Amino acid sequence: MATRICQRWEQLQNRGDKAFIGFVMAGDPDISKSTEVVLALAEAGVDIIELGIPFSEPIADGPVIQRAGERALKNGAYLPAILEMVRQIRHASQVPLLLFSYLNPILRYGLERFAADAVSSGADGALITDLSVEEAALYVAEMQRKGLDTVFLAAPTSTEERLKRVAELSTGFVYAISRAGVTGVREQLSESVTPLLRRLRIYTSLPIAVGFGISRPEHLAELAPLAEGVVVGSALVRCIEEHPENPAQQVAELARWLCKGFKMNPQ
Amino acid sequence: MQQEASLRGRFGPYGGRYAPETLMHPLEELEAAYLAASSDPSFQQELDVLLRHYAGRPTPLYLARRLSEHCGGARIYLKREDLLHTGAHKINNCLGQGLLARRMGKRRLIAETGAGQHGVATATVAALLGFQCVIYMGEVDMARQRLNVFRMRLLGAEVVPVSAGSRTLKEAISEAMRDWVTNLEDTYYLLGSALGPHPYPLMVRDFQKVIGQETRQQIVEAEGRLPDLLIACVGGGSNAIGLFYEFVKDEQVAMVGVEAGGRGLALGEHAARFQGGSPGVLHGTYTYILQDEMGQISTTHSVSAGLDYAAVGPEHAMLFESKRAEYTYCSDADALAACRTLSQLEGIIPALESAHAVAEVLRRAPPAVGQVFVVNLSGRGDKDMEILERELKL
Repeated sequence: MATRICQRWEQLQNRGDKAFIGFVMAGDPDISKSTEVVLALAEAGVDIIELGIPFSEPIADGPVIQRAGERALKNGAYLPAILEMVRQIRHASQVPLLLFSYLNPILRYGLERFAADAVSSGADGALITDLSVEEAALYVAEMQRKGLDTVFLAAPTSTEERLKRVAELSTGFVYAISRAGVTGVREQLSESVTPLLRRLRIYTSLPIAVGFGISRPEHLAELAPLAEGVVVGSALVRCIEEHPENPAQQVAELARWLCKGFKMNPQ
Repeated sequence: MQQEASLRGRFGPYGGRYAPETLMHPLEELEAAYLAASSDPSFQQELDVLLRHYAGRPTPLYLARRLSEHCGGARIYLKREDLLHTGAHKINNCLGQGLLARRMGKRRLIAETGAGQHGVATATVAALLGFQCVIYMGEVDMARQRLNVFRMRLLGAEVVPVSAGSRTLKEAISEAMRDWVTNLEDTYYLLGSALGPHPYPLMVRDFQKVIGQETRQQIVEAEGRLPDLLIACVGGGSNAIGLFYEFVKDEQVAMVGVEAGGRGLALGEHAARFQGGSPGVLHGTYTYILQDEMGQISTTHSVSAGLDYAAVGPEHAMLFESKRAEYTYCSDADALAACRTLSQLEGIIPALESAHAVAEVLRRAPPAVGQVFVVNLSGRGDKDMEILERELKL
């Protein structure tokens, strides 16, 4: 059966619309507020939510997401609590959920157990930042057995050979990194994304979402003709950081503002 | 020699290349550039000249007579890496990687440092070869190794304080990796130990294996035979693998790696990965790491900044599991005492890192009558004077 992620892409495609994908750190600022954030984003029309699993050594993240991970860990947002959070979200929403993690917490939990518990909690797939396609065989096998999506990253530095492997192992969609560097808000989008998308399309017919550094409506407008979706992370996470009392309401407003002019029918 | 490279840098099940996609091709390029350089005689020749005339190789293998008499057992030899330019074995690797960076057309060297020895060696090579240089160092380490911070600045490097987490080596590596992924075009990440994603563990081992190669010749000259035991401290493990590698095939030569036992064996109080750790992935490599039950990396403690790190080099994980090498640990207190003992018996002040190996010698040598020990004296203690003054209260 197709995951909620795949179903959502199909719906979007049918009505010729783009996907707005939001990243938030699970458990930031705490599990209960974070659950509200996810539900509010779903309500605001966010198509897919990437739920970050915090890790003590986030080597691919800039300061905004690093701090979010620290807040989440301080409040006990470990993998079992996050899977329980997904279960709670599923009582209220069918928004597609992609778990976004570094490898070690998943390894420690066990690949097979992770896939089993992810699917039973209601998650739809995962992206593991520091798991390269070369090392991913066991993980992909366990995830596929449970019918979960495996999203991999494509980077401007990826060679043709690598893009081919990324395309082969990805299901649901491919996440294209806009430019080399860590996550974080930037004023201008790099020009490296256009050639990357052109190269990537040779190897995949999956939808492509572009992420890293996307924070303004102009960025989304710029990307709308190029990609099927965009990922906004640090901008949402920074909004949560700035509004610890009522993050759900604030972040939903930000998402609505960003969606305007990008999605056909912003809610 | 390079058979591991074809297996994507695996040492048994350990090692590998676990990195964000953006870094994967740069790591492939680095591997290709390293393999090309290592089979190019002109590269090796230039490195040999620098090692000899700039760094001061070969280093002596010194029979420590008074230390041996004091123990009353084994004949103890010290491999004097502490006599190298910049004061530790780190310069071997930095010269090799510095030449490689120049060959790759990079203009900027970045590195992490714990005790500051690798930072100083990197800053030195940057000055020698004309690179811009940025060193990442945890704030805790900057405070406890103040003199090395100044040395790096004197050599023209920028030292960037890292204030995340435990503010030691682990966070400095994370920050250096972030810099690298952001500045790939002109930047070479000069990783300082036999750690990280492939090809670093292989490459750093190769640049350090000269320690063991010299030792073999020197000990055969001195004793007419191979040693019975090799001893080295293990942080990431580059000085230890540099000594051990040449002897791995000689089954009669035993090997002991000494990790930091810190203040005790509760998680967070030490850096003894083979005592309290388990396999996992940190900073690009699959190896023994100190982690909690949720897979979060633990904080560590050691009086010696150079051993204060949550992961061990993957080749050591293989040697540990195959039992080819033994790994033990030494407490802060024993290392401090050993530092004093060696200073007063031989007039040689070891770095606190190397003092961990000396402490193990003091334990093992007394009953080992007729045996020959070689301990890697990987660095000198000049950088540790403030800590020694405070801790030893002489």
